[in-house]
Amino acid sequence: MTALPLAQLRALEVGGGPAAAFCGRLLALYGAQVVRVEPPQGDPLRRAEAPSPGQSGPLFLYLNAGKLGITLDLDRADGVHLFRRLAAQADLVVEDLGPGEMDRRGLGYPSLAALNGGLVYVAISPFGEEGPYAGFRACDLVLYALGGYMYITGEEEREPLQGPPYLPSYLAGAYAFVGALLALWHRHSGGGGQKVEVTELESLAASHQWTQTLFNYSGTVQRRQGNRYYFSHPNSVYACRDGYLSLSVATEDQFERLCLLLGRPELRQDPRFASNAARCAHAQALDEAIAPWFLARSRQEAVAAAQELRIPAAPVLSLPEVLAHPHLEEQGFWQEVAGPQGLLRLPGPPFRLGAPPGPLAPAPALGQHNDEVYGRWLGLSPRQRQRLHQAGVI
Amino acid sequence: MAEAKGPLRGVRVLDLTRVWSGPLCTRILADFGAEVIKVEHRASRGPAAVPASYARASGFYPQGEPGQRPWNRHGFFNEMNRNKLSLTLDLACPEGRGLFLRLVAISDAVVENFSPRVLPNLGLDYGRLRQAREDIVLVSLPAYGLEGPYRQRVAYGTNLETEAGLTALMGYADGRPQRLGAAITDPIAGVMGAAATVLALLRRRQTGQGAHVEVSQLGAAVNFVGQALLALQLLGTAPAPLGNRHPWRAPQGCYPCRGHDRWLALSVGDDRQWEGLCAALGRPDLARDARFATFLGRWQHQDELDAIIVGWTRGLDAHEAMQALQQAGVPAAAVLDGADLARDEHLHARRFYVSLRHPDAGTHSYPGQPIRLGRTPATFRSDAPALGEHNRYVLQGLLGLSEEELERLEAAGIIGQRPP
Repeated sequence: MTALPLAQLRALEVGGGPAAAFCGRLLALYGAQVVRVEPPQGDPLRRAEAPSPGQSGPLFLYLNAGKLGITLDLDRADGVHLFRRLAAQADLVVEDLGPGEMDRRGLGYPSLAALNGGLVYVAISPFGEEGPYAGFRACDLVLYALGGYMYITGEEEREPLQGPPYLPSYLAGAYAFVGALLALWHRHSGGGGQKVEVTELESLAASHQWTQTLFNYSGTVQRRQGNRYYFSHPNSVYACRDGYLSLSVATEDQFERLCLLLGRPELRQDPRFASNAARCAHAQALDEAIAPWFLARSRQEAVAAAQELRIPAAPVLSLPEVLAHPHLEEQGFWQEVAGPQGLLRLPGPPFRLGAPPGPLAPAPALGQHNDEVYGRWLGLSPRQRQRLHQAGVI
Repeated sequence: MAEAKGPLRGVRVLDLTRVWSGPLCTRILADFGAEVIKVEHRASRGPAAVPASYARASGFYPQGEPGQRPWNRHGFFNEMNRNKLSLTLDLACPEGRGLFLRLVAISDAVVENFSPRVLPNLGLDYGRLRQAREDIVLVSLPAYGLEGPYRQRVAYGTNLETEAGLTALMGYADGRPQRLGAAITDPIAGVMGAAATVLALLRRRQTGQGAHVEVSQLGAAVNFVGQALLALQLLGTAPAPLGNRHPWRAPQGCYPCRGHDRWLALSVGDDRQWEGLCAALGRPDLARDARFATFLGRWQHQDELDAIIVGWTRGLDAHEAMQALQQAGVPAAAVLDGADLARDEHLHARRFYVSLRHPDAGTHSYPGQPIRLGRTPATFRSDAPALGEHNRYVLQGLLGLSEEELERLEAAGIIGQRPP
């Protein structure tokens, strides 16, 4: 089995939020040695959702498993100097401190590139360094609203609704990961390093199915419509005996098989349901006709029967059900990591390449790898390290 | 088409993908310079004729008109397939498969998002592709993966979203599930597919070995709920969705503004932002009110705060309210609809949108590329190809077929520029 493809690479990660950490997680999953650089008191991500002060929260523990952790005060000259020394021998820097934060400290791309021409510098921010919103404050809700996802999500007669937590940041982290790989490919082709910039807003804005294009092509503004999907029906969520399932009928063949499944061949002949456009126009009537079949069955029965006829359907799962998902279990999808009360399950890599994923090292404790990184990478003696520690730099 | 630039110049990708996840994956590769050849069945873009009523009602066609060649005028297809070439080929017939394998021999990667039985049924599994080119990279984006008990199940993103746990983390606070307005697991899988392709090509450079990489769309999506799964294991509970509220930010919500269906989203994350909100509302008294002095107090009195905020937003333009709050340091946003998003001044100032001219569909603006590389940026060389537009370039130029052979393939219906 060959080594993981990024095994030779070193990355420094300086994070204010989940985006850089998610990008770093992906780099680490494919072999890079990722060092998370935290201020001596720990970074805000560590405290997010923490069950009690002083403990690390699940967000930090999830995103930083498999990484090394060092402390470094980037607000002091000594700290900046040390970071520059680390960056001089790193392949990647990934940061989401916000526009100008690294530059202000003399750690922006131009200054680091002067030290290390091959450096790939990945900057993630909500809105970017330029543009009318550059100085705006962001959070999930704001990103969903400005990214166009909120308006199209929720019930027609109610207020627009935000999506799952952290998704805008994770998505930006995933795009940034691709950007980092493209920059590494270019470097491997004989080019130097470069800066990769990704924003959370543009990541969402580029991840619409047709929201902007509908408007640009025909002036159509997509409305939110509960669980129904734009111009496809029956594509919605239906109540079962023990919860809900999602059904997505997109083709005439699938609708024909659905009528067969439901034992309702006459629906196929009904002019109200004769085409996708007609079914969208009469979605309510169609839902009333098909809902009882689902309500009389469990999710599992209904999904299995639909799949038997190759009709796209899946259960709406709770988080405990996701953790116990039989297919993911059988695939060996989960990656185990040691936790305070035993082994914990983390999602496995989104794809496998090279060595199969082994158990991950747990997220680093504060400053856990100071000796390793400052000692082995930079060659600082124990005395020098102790002095930095006493001065509060690390 | 203008000459390709970008880091992936010289990389050739055969694109068998359809709909959203796969085309988004290969769009990233094409934007960065790969020569992406879409290999399409003549029927893959739908029928030769589209009813005018459908074109009008769906909004997918320019000005609602299907036009002479509706298969080249669909906005969604054109949005996803810029910078790519189109070759029509019927892979169900031996001659089509033979030509495809000859292309594999001169390509670097093949990307597909069929259900797992399709390629093997066509006799085009990884082993067969490797016979054509030993170090080929095959990237598959199946719904559930190529192994495991559900591997044969069929699902779209609208299904995988509910199965991956994303739906469990959102919704109005009434316990009923609510899906996102667009199937987000498609772009998630597409972006991961682009990463898989580049990473497999990098590895091939290091080792000389190709690979079959599978991106399970379900598995990729579960990576987006990892923190919640860990919280469940550590704390023993999974928090119920709070609508637009937040477990440690308050007030937070979506408030009606002046006009029909216009909304403002705002979120107060700390005391400073709370003071900013009070200042923007012109209510210094609230900042002094002991009930709202701490996060916990504000969280407990959210209903009252919501009523106060609505009283302010109702008469305001959403964009003006956003500007006022942001200037006061409060995270706030107008809730943009599709028209707002397409016209957004920030995205335009950053040149996020690109304007492309299509001979059959006209000139339109499209979302650009969120990955910005300083030295080797994405380029936008052409709009989506017309069906079979590059048959001649690929078959004659790359494979050396004669004019007669091309005519015969066209007469046999194996290639063509119109749906059957």
